[in-house]
Amino acid sequence: MTRQAATQTGLDTIATMFARAKSTGRAAFLPYFPVGFPTYADSLDAIEAMAGAGVDAFEIGIPFSDPLADGPTIQAATQIALENGITVRKCIEAVHDLRARGVEQPMLLMGYLNPLLAYRLEAFVADAHAAGAQGLIVPDLPPDEMPELADLCAKHGLAQVCFLAPTSSEDRIKQAAARATGFLYLVSITGVTGARQTLPPDLTGFIERVRAHTITPLVLGFGISQPEQARSMNGLVDGFIVGSALVKAGESGVDAVADLAATLRDALDGV
Amino acid sequence: MIQEDKYTSVEASELPDARGYFDEFGGRFVPETLIPALDELTDVYHQAMADPPFQQRFAELQATYTGRPTPITYAQRLSDHLGGARIYLKREDLAHTGAHKINNALGQALLAQRMGKKRVVAETGAGQHGVATATACALLGLECHVYMGSVDMARQRPNVFRMKLLGAEVIPVESGSKTLKDAINEAIRDWVTNVRTTHYLLGSALGPHPYPMIVRDFQSVIGIEARQQMLDQVGRLPDVCIACVGGGSNSIGLFHAFRHDAPVDLIGVEAGGRGIASGEHAARFADPDIGRPGVLHGTRSFVLQDADGQIKNTHSVSAGLDYASVGPEHAYLRKMERAYYTVATDDEALNAFKTLCELEGIIPALESAHAVAETIKRAPTMPRDSIILVSLSGRGDKDLDTAMHELEHLT
Repeated sequence: MTRQAATQTGLDTIATMFARAKSTGRAAFLPYFPVGFPTYADSLDAIEAMAGAGVDAFEIGIPFSDPLADGPTIQAATQIALENGITVRKCIEAVHDLRARGVEQPMLLMGYLNPLLAYRLEAFVADAHAAGAQGLIVPDLPPDEMPELADLCAKHGLAQVCFLAPTSSEDRIKQAAARATGFLYLVSITGVTGARQTLPPDLTGFIERVRAHTITPLVLGFGISQPEQARSMNGLVDGFIVGSALVKAGESGVDAVADLAATLRDALDGV
Repeated sequence: MIQEDKYTSVEASELPDARGYFDEFGGRFVPETLIPALDELTDVYHQAMADPPFQQRFAELQATYTGRPTPITYAQRLSDHLGGARIYLKREDLAHTGAHKINNALGQALLAQRMGKKRVVAETGAGQHGVATATACALLGLECHVYMGSVDMARQRPNVFRMKLLGAEVIPVESGSKTLKDAINEAIRDWVTNVRTTHYLLGSALGPHPYPMIVRDFQSVIGIEARQQMLDQVGRLPDVCIACVGGGSNSIGLFHAFRHDAPVDLIGVEAGGRGIASGEHAARFADPDIGRPGVLHGTRSFVLQDADGQIKNTHSVSAGLDYASVGPEHAYLRKMERAYYTVATDDEALNAFKTLCELEGIIPALESAHAVAETIKRAPTMPRDSIILVSLSGRGDKDLDTAMHELEHLT
């Protein structure tokens, strides 16, 4: 996929990824994993192992001192990453290193706004693109703030993912649908990240409300951790994100992360 | 009165703009889940401001419950001792619960009631905002949960007990530096989770729009009263207004009424901690190495951060000033050169604390003592017929443990 990058934009690559999953009748599986947890080397090993398990794309987490959309699991992991000296620059390097290891899936860098501003948005987008990333996800940046980021992403063909929540109004849905590229990130519940036993009952209604306004792929996140939950994503949404459950597995080592990723991936095929 | 025609009157506020910006500062940088709640709060606030019964109820509570107007006090012995400007104190320490925080807490609790939200969450640093929120919730029958860093709980124990007495649940925050910044993170996480039933009663003029506007407007009573009291009782406006700046609510509340009075200098005092050179402080404007524009807790303002954009841990002897960012309107006033910002160190604040106790019989909050410290530096350089107005934002009973410990080391 790195060789294709010269001719295919990040947006193209992401669109192809969703189309391929759809053609086999399943939702795409997008794991989140933070760079630097429990160590830099371990985090890359974990991502490489998940790539081998056949996941569809990655959210590569950039640590921040004050992650206010994250629950305890990701807070603790990214705090360890910071103590390991992980910077924005190091996270961009991680994308580069993962490409060098042969990881081919699309990668989206996910981080809070302030470290990206400190790096300078223009440099960040250019360097992320050069390292082989296909998109950006910024959880504390609503679609009506900092329009310059959209221009920068467009210039480099990168996706800028926007969020929608169960509380979002029709107007907000339209606004996010107009701005988002790559996919729309639907937050399944009002809350912070973290594994949950059950997903809310009104999920279908929320997804249908968004679907009415856009053909952009819809990806569900927050709370998904179990194979049955993963399987229920088929036909419901175009993709889903699992973060905290994989990070929790990371406390037991790289193998545990790879095992959980394989279990979730296999569940999509009905194995 | 005598010179009133020299000054323009207070006008309706022209900022922030509809998107919550004060020039380049402000905005709304929060997870999407919260945007509808911010929109609702903005709408309800504007409705309430245009609703005479709401205004009447608020005014009545301010008069009969908070004890407003708070007086201005001429600090004669302090003025004589310093031998320069005449010093007046705006006595927010005499408001119910002992600080200016009640002004905003009551206003927002009324808004929560108007929105039909029966559950309130708040953050607190020194505990003054937590106490004010617990008080307002007790008065209006709202459920109250206060997040407080465990470091702050240890150094402001009396306030923790007061909140519990008032029926609030106080939730210790163990993440990060375990101070105000981390308490705000946890309060926002709670709010994101319970947003449909819960109002976040933010205590300072920071956070995402509309909070900086709402908190300023509810605190602007400080300056509106003080300005009129100066005209009525002294016959003219002060030459200088001085207030401490943590998030910046008492200072913006004082400054706002004077913003069009060009001859009046507005001075904000940040926490200099162990000195700017030490790096252990909370002076966002004074240390260009680490104090730069950035985004924290939903607003773009000056933020203490490292080269990688990670938020720095701060230090101040006063929990209420111990915060890495500052309200966006202060960043704006500074950029426009309408207000000026300086620092007082821990030791300067402690000396000022002691001085005000001994010369005026007033025990100030350690936060307010920072404003007094700047007054002590500035008054002797000014002529006898000049006037300084100081915001005495709170009383210091909550600080007695800290003061006893710290003053021992000073002597």
